[in-house]
Amino acid sequence: MPLSTHLPDAEALCIALAEAMRPHVDPTATALVGIHTGGVWVAERLHAALGLKMPPGSINVSFYRDDFSQRGLHSNAKTSQIPFDVEGAHIVIVDDVLYTGRTIRAAMNELFDYGRPAKIDLAVLTDRGGRELPIAPSFCPHSLSLPAAQMLALERAADGGLSFRLITE
Amino acid sequence: MKIHIKNGRLIDPASKTDKALDLFIAAGRIVGVGGTAPTGFEANSVLDATGCIVCPGLVDLAARLREPGFEYRATLESEMAAAAAGGVTRLACPPDTDPVLDEPGLVEMLTHRARLPEFAHVHPVGALTLQLEGKALTEMAELAEAGCVAFGQANRAIVDTQVLLRAMMYAATFDFPVWLQAQDPFLARKGVAHDGEVAARLGLAGIPVAAETIALATILHLARETGARVHVTRISSAAGIDMIVAARAAGIAVTCDVAIHHLHLCEMDIGFFDTQARLDPPLRSRSDRDALRAGLASGAINALCSDHTPVDDDGKQMPFEEAEVGATGLELLLPLTLKWAQEMKLPLAMALARVTSDPAQILGVKAGSLGLGAAADICVFDPAAGFRVTRENLRSQGKNTPFLGRELPGRVRYTLIDGHLAFDGTLG
Amino acid sequence: MQKSPQLNSHGELQHLLTIEGLPREVLTRILDTAAPFSEVAEREVKKVPLLRGKSVFNLFFENSTRTRTTFEIAAKRLSADVINLNINTSSANKGETLLDTADNLAAMQADMFVVRHASSGAPFLLAQHMAATGRDHIHVVNAGDGRHAHPTQGLLDMYTIRHYKTDFTQLTIAIVGDVLHSRVARSQIHALTTLGVPEVRVIAPKTLLPTGIERLGVRVFHDMREGLRGVDVVMMLRLQNERMQGALLPSTQEYFKSYGLTPEKLALAKPDAIVMHPGPMNRGVEIDSAVADGSQAVILPQVTFGIAVRMAVMAMLAGN
Repeated sequence: MPLSTHLPDAEALCIALAEAMRPHVDPTATALVGIHTGGVWVAERLHAALGLKMPPGSINVSFYRDDFSQRGLHSNAKTSQIPFDVEGAHIVIVDDVLYTGRTIRAAMNELFDYGRPAKIDLAVLTDRGGRELPIAPSFCPHSLSLPAAQMLALERAADGGLSFRLITE
Repeated sequence: MKIHIKNGRLIDPASKTDKALDLFIAAGRIVGVGGTAPTGFEANSVLDATGCIVCPGLVDLAARLREPGFEYRATLESEMAAAAAGGVTRLACPPDTDPVLDEPGLVEMLTHRARLPEFAHVHPVGALTLQLEGKALTEMAELAEAGCVAFGQANRAIVDTQVLLRAMMYAATFDFPVWLQAQDPFLARKGVAHDGEVAARLGLAGIPVAAETIALATILHLARETGARVHVTRISSAAGIDMIVAARAAGIAVTCDVAIHHLHLCEMDIGFFDTQARLDPPLRSRSDRDALRAGLASGAINALCSDHTPVDDDGKQMPFEEAEVGATGLELLLPLTLKWAQEMKLPLAMALARVTSDPAQILGVKAGSLGLGAAADICVFDPAAGFRVTRENLRSQGKNTPFLGRELPGRVRYTLIDGHLAFDGTLG
Repeated sequence: MQKSPQLNSHGELQHLLTIEGLPREVLTRILDTAAPFSEVAEREVKKVPLLRGKSVFNLFFENSTRTRTTFEIAAKRLSADVINLNINTSSANKGETLLDTADNLAAMQADMFVVRHASSGAPFLLAQHMAATGRDHIHVVNAGDGRHAHPTQGLLDMYTIRHYKTDFTQLTIAIVGDVLHSRVARSQIHALTTLGVPEVRVIAPKTLLPTGIERLGVRVFHDMREGLRGVDVVMMLRLQNERMQGALLPSTQEYFKSYGLTPEKLALAKPDAIVMHPGPMNRGVEIDSAVADGSQAVILPQVTFGIAVRMAVMAMLAGN
């Protein structure tokens, strides 16, 4: 059932997510890795709110997607940047919306090509259901249900403000 | 066999005839033109030429029959079938067979093989030098006796100018025509395309126009020196035509021909390395092509020929510079003549002259015309019907043509050779 | 007339045969896609799984360890299975070997052919043959055909220029050397003009320039000093020894005097001009060691970029 008039408040969710994570992160050691592009914005918010020492990383999962044969290479010029040592690290993958779980699987595959982390957690702003893989968030302040034809996208305004938008395909 | 060709439009360029006239044929000759049948004439066969043009059978100055030696590419049977289907009743074949036509015995064998009623008349061009190597003379008098109408080098050059001079002198002694392609072998060395914009873009070694004009200058000078009757084969450039016209004005006896491909195509038709456009001489620039079209119309170029060269698929499925040279053409000579005439808005009689009476004159044979008593070598074709160039429609074993897939004007209905129905297009 | 076999029915790149005829957007997309692949080389595990399970056959009918190696590295970094074939051809069998070899390999589940051949147009023949025999899924990458094209080299050169100079529309670029015999030069010229470089110069003696080269959109110079004045990028071409045999040039010494890139000649270009070379270099023939090893040369980065660009090309083709 579409909730077009009840889109979640992204900024509020960022705050809620940071608070949910606070007891479980080590400000000196925990590292965030945001998935381009929405996840990177959220990771920046979380990084500031949680006062983390390790600089946030960003990941472009284009090269690890499982739909390459069907959809080809997405022209996405973003590079992955992991400015810390993955080996033995506690990493929190950050994304805006959790859906089928395939993006998270791709992100984990990519992270493992950088090294072997000690632990990976998943932090998302909202979970819209429709999982196709056994992936579950460690931190998630919100959930909603959307039909398959609708996509939830995070947007960043010129002043940096985050908000959700519903896109019907 | 008495044949009555009725209701056709008779075009005979030699006698300047273009009129609705019937033809009556008996014992392989024309016994009546127009009007009622000659006295006592009872036709065994009546050919309906309604809507068709009745003209002399085409005379093709260059058709490679691939025998002897190259039977894997084509045979006499298949190529003669192609000739008949194309309305060609008389053809000259170049000496570059295997073995080369430099011995009377070989020439006799070929003409003997070709002497079937349904086959076009064959006029072999003998080799000017042994093995076409450009070193020693051939026994031209003997070869002429065996049936050669002229002597040439196919598309191989004689590098040693002294040999060329002496070969022409010797031929001139007997007034034998000398047929030569004007291409300097050094400037053409390793070249595969016209040295111009397309070759530059595609990274193909080029053959400049200078290769033709420089060789032509040599040939024309020696023609003047020796008095030899020279026929330049497959002229390809505007500059070349100009030189020939100037030579004629200076009194040199020179004729020339152009191939169907160069009349219609240019270097652009190489496209993406299309080996069907791998030809010798190469397809040149647009302006060269336009000059060839105008030159054939004005008579600066005397005749149009097919330069029929069957090549098997393997020979063409190679990278451009390695592919075999040449295109099939016997069945395209008439359609491409008509296409040229239509595009240039030329009188049909004049266009047909270039493939009938004019080449016959170059061959030096009494042919290419339809008068009382002439041999019944006749082509009946429907100018309004089309010929779709497909592998299936081509009777030649050579399916190699840059015109594949195109629809060309004109469809042969009947071809008669010495009064024998060599091709019947009304059959399925 | 045939239609360009590079593009499939959706207008997407099915093969990479030549830069000529590719729209600007396609070239830009390739350069954009190469950027993230550059990063892959910086990682511990220099691999992404895009071409996992795919077989890439390097069909080299002309020897080249350098180019073959970079294609091999690129394919392996995409997790493809790579098979190298160096085929020695006798002149009688060249064409037969090309299509017959391709047929045999296609039957072994090849997904991509990287082809280098001494005859211009050979990759087109291969691509057309694949289409004609119902094997549209096999992609062909031209690794250099005769004098005609070397599209991946052209692309990596463009990537290099973009890396150092950013905006193509503000540049003056000179290509120096044997343009007549160079497939690299032809690809570079097509790429530069398509990407909107306002002035592309070629500098060479007359014997080393193809007839009508101006019609490709370049300005011809025979005087190297004049040609280098104020340029932003100097692209050097390799001079091959054979040129001395065909009466095209008298000697390498004379060539170096007029057309070799020395510090003194380079000083005529802009102070921040970069010097490029597709390699391998003939020091003292087309380029002075002082320049080759100097601060303005970007020849080694070109090699690194080459792997990323080839990864991008192969990934894009495989995904179409």
